[in-house]
Amino acid sequence: MTERKIRVLVAKPGLDGHDRGAKVIARAFRDAGFEVIYTGLRQTPEQIVAVSIQEDVDVVAISLLSGAHGTLMPKVVNLLREKGADDKLIIGGGVIPDDDIPALKEAGIAEIFTPGTPTSVPIEFIKANVRQ
Amino acid sequence: MYDKEKLEQIKQDNSDYEADWEKSVEKLAAKGKKGERKDKFVTGSGASVNQLYTPLDIDVDYRSEIGFPGQYPYTRGVQPNMYRGRFWTMRQYAGFSSAEESNARYKYLLEQGQTGLSVAFDLPTQIGYDSDHPMSEGEVGKVGVAIDSLADMEILFNGIPLDKVSTSMTINAPASVLLAYYIAVGEKQGVTPDKLNGTIQNDILKEYSARGTYIFPPTPSMRLITDIFDFCARNVPNWNTISISGYHIREAGSTASQEVAFTLADGIAYVNAAINAGLDVDTFAGRLSFFFNAHNDLLEEVAKFRAARRIWAKLMKERFSAKNERSMMLRFHTQTGGSTLTAQQPDNNIVRVAIQTLAAVLGGTQSLHTNSKDEALALPAEDSVRIALRTQQIVAYESGVTETVDPLAGSYYVEALTKRIEDEAWTYINKIDELGGAVKAIEQGYIQKEIQDAAYEYQKEVESGKRVVVGMNKFQIKETQPKGLLRVDPSVGILQAKKLTEMKSKRDGNAVQAALDELKSAAKGNDNMMPIMLKAAQVYCTEGEICGVLREIFGEYTPIQVL
Amino acid sequence: MDLVQLVKEGNRVAIARLITRAENEDPEAIVALRQLYSETGKAFLIGITGPPGSGKSTLTDKVVKELRKRGKTVGVIAVDPSSPFTGGAILGDRIRMSDLALDDGVFIRSMSTRGSLGGLSKATYNTIQILDAAGFEYILIETVGVGQSEVDIIKTADTTVVVSVPGLGDDIQAIKAGIMEIGDVFVVNKADREGAERVVIELAQMLELNANMGDWFPPILKTVAVRNEGIVDVVDKIIEHQAYLTSSGELCIRRKERISNELINNILNKVSAKITDKLSEENFWDSQLDEIIENKRNPYDVIDRIINGILQ
Repeated sequence: MTERKIRVLVAKPGLDGHDRGAKVIARAFRDAGFEVIYTGLRQTPEQIVAVSIQEDVDVVAISLLSGAHGTLMPKVVNLLREKGADDKLIIGGGVIPDDDIPALKEAGIAEIFTPGTPTSVPIEFIKANVRQ
Repeated sequence: MYDKEKLEQIKQDNSDYEADWEKSVEKLAAKGKKGERKDKFVTGSGASVNQLYTPLDIDVDYRSEIGFPGQYPYTRGVQPNMYRGRFWTMRQYAGFSSAEESNARYKYLLEQGQTGLSVAFDLPTQIGYDSDHPMSEGEVGKVGVAIDSLADMEILFNGIPLDKVSTSMTINAPASVLLAYYIAVGEKQGVTPDKLNGTIQNDILKEYSARGTYIFPPTPSMRLITDIFDFCARNVPNWNTISISGYHIREAGSTASQEVAFTLADGIAYVNAAINAGLDVDTFAGRLSFFFNAHNDLLEEVAKFRAARRIWAKLMKERFSAKNERSMMLRFHTQTGGSTLTAQQPDNNIVRVAIQTLAAVLGGTQSLHTNSKDEALALPAEDSVRIALRTQQIVAYESGVTETVDPLAGSYYVEALTKRIEDEAWTYINKIDELGGAVKAIEQGYIQKEIQDAAYEYQKEVESGKRVVVGMNKFQIKETQPKGLLRVDPSVGILQAKKLTEMKSKRDGNAVQAALDELKSAAKGNDNMMPIMLKAAQVYCTEGEICGVLREIFGEYTPIQVL
Repeated sequence: MDLVQLVKEGNRVAIARLITRAENEDPEAIVALRQLYSETGKAFLIGITGPPGSGKSTLTDKVVKELRKRGKTVGVIAVDPSSPFTGGAILGDRIRMSDLALDDGVFIRSMSTRGSLGGLSKATYNTIQILDAAGFEYILIETVGVGQSEVDIIKTADTTVVVSVPGLGDDIQAIKAGIMEIGDVFVVNKADREGAERVVIELAQMLELNANMGDWFPPILKTVAVRNEGIVDVVDKIIEHQAYLTSSGELCIRRKERISNELINNILNKVSAKITDKLSEENFWDSQLDEIIENKRNPYDVIDRIINGILQ
């Protein structure tokens, strides 16, 4: 068996056009040896879920800075569950107030990374928590 | 700037100084010590910095390159007396939730001494979707105010006389629609278009390269823009028809020189488009305005603003043969750098914003937005907006830097930096010319890639600790996030959709359909679209309906993948 | 229910999972592929190749949409080169195919080269088998036309579409080497750009020079994929070529050749793996060398002995 690659989807749901963070993290994931699928801007939760399934990614990393995280992130989790593909690690990043984090975790987001987090932190988190 | 003999003497003194310094470094090295804190000294944008700058570093002619304020090439500013005449316009970008709530915030800001309005729209409005569109889910009222039709715009400016304020609107792909709504509100207030003052951002190219709220492909987008230039030159003469923006290019991670270069390259593309559409350069160039970022490296930022003015003046005079002096003046708005703010120890952001304010003012800005300390966490709360505004007022009234024009001119370092940024920007501009201009360079992904490379480089420097961000990668403390962050009521989406349904039931459906049909045939033809846009606004066509028609005719832009 | 059955039924989670396992050379995947083999051979394979910047992904997107209009189901394998230093990759071809994500008649999978020579063509081959068994009627394989492994991948296709664009200058030279010979349909994309006509002429001249041409003379088509211009023609020609391959018996010959190559490669790989294992046994190699140097044995006998030992 060859070495198993970790596959990550970097997704930007909603209308948010701020993709500096998404692109920086995509490059950092690549440099950490992950295979990164990047879908570009303005993806609906339905599209994100369809892509996660077809690409059989291990991780769905959602970047959001528009304040729509409370609606869009849980929607991705629920749709994955509906499709029977909820064995993926789902993480989020962006401008997300601390007070919102418990509800997001409750909804099934494994971890939230806020501004100023070094890229090594989500990378280590993924390595430690990805499905085996 | 110095005569040959003096320069020779200075050269001699300088090499003596360098030799002395080397000796003392050797002595230190013998004791196992280092003379300097680090191996390499760099600016905020990563350009190397010398230990000392002297007259030897100002290799420019004062009269042709620096000159006098209010005179070509405007290096020292666009007005002869700058802030001795009046201060810059203090303009805080604001807007959230519903038109009603934003209207209240504007009235508060005007009471606090703000001198101009700056409207932030929510993402559905910026991308031409009504609040009830499926793509709008979760986004309504979040990053700005939700505007679906003239009805919302009437509420937004209720009680604010449009002939008394100047209004800046951050709107790009659907700029003509929102401008039409604004003109229509003015008419309802009895204010004719020629009395309106303000700016629309209307800069689609940086949407493709950095900001992401595009709708249509480049060709029809450029047409909408030149239609606005033409229409306003005739009907809304005091309107700034575009704000060519480097702000978002910098936020996306560019260096200072790239910010100047890519912004001015976009400017060149707009001027070319307008000339190709048959406009005379002097009829529209005076209404072009710019929008830059202000980061923490105070002197580099000041140099950036000065270099940008000098390059633009040269471009307009030499490349485009502008005759009117105003066409050569680069007038700009500044916003302090959002990406420099930290979520950690947010009070420190007040200090960063103060430095950036100084940079913008010493750089000769025409208007300024100062960020609030909590913007890395959420939308700014009212009291943080007040501190941000007070920061501007302290610099204006207490710092003393406003009492004379361009006080940093003649600093060996600042002049050398100005020249360096100018040279670097020209190199980029020439490269983009070779690629066929900014539109082609964006279509090939060249500009995006340059920005992303710089962003990734910066991130790696921060993570390795080479670059210190106080409170974030050094001097951290254990902290909990402050309470009282502003939250947008999640029900705004539902309320807005309800308002929209109500409005639709009251308007004249036949008139709406007629206007949309007319708009469709106008989009297929070549005539100026603004008059029909205005007609559609007046009969309460929604923004989504208008943009829907345009989407059908123009198609939508799909970005190139560069990573 | 087991994975094999789910794949046959077209379950997307199962298809995706089996592709992952095959890519990782999981022994379970090989078992599943054996079971699925009887279901394969029905899909028609289209290769789309061209240099970076030629608009392959956009063209692929539009070709898929046209095939969908004609009622066909389509699988897509988008191959991107990986970063050679870390083994990581950013796979961004899908960005051009966003609105296909929700189409149940389409399945798109991105793949990186993962650095290993030949590894990718094996993984691509297995993915084709899986999509084929899952019932997709057409399978598109999109890849850059540079490097030997990409050429190998393209050689697995029944019909190969070679994409070029005006303004890349030397790239025609670059694709000429390995790919010109195997192109069945040539597309000049971004044909609204200056120089499109010149690319068409250059391609035509190169094709004229290509001596061993059969009854199919590859057409050269102009497209502007972003505006969906010329796509119907491209799909028409692909279908025409498919009909030609079928009626002329060429399809059978090509597939036989492909299977032959595939088998030889696999056999060679397995044998060479065994040899490597044998040679890396402790002291074995050194002792052989010593015996040869001391004239105790001749090298010819040693070679025969090793090979016979492995083949038994």
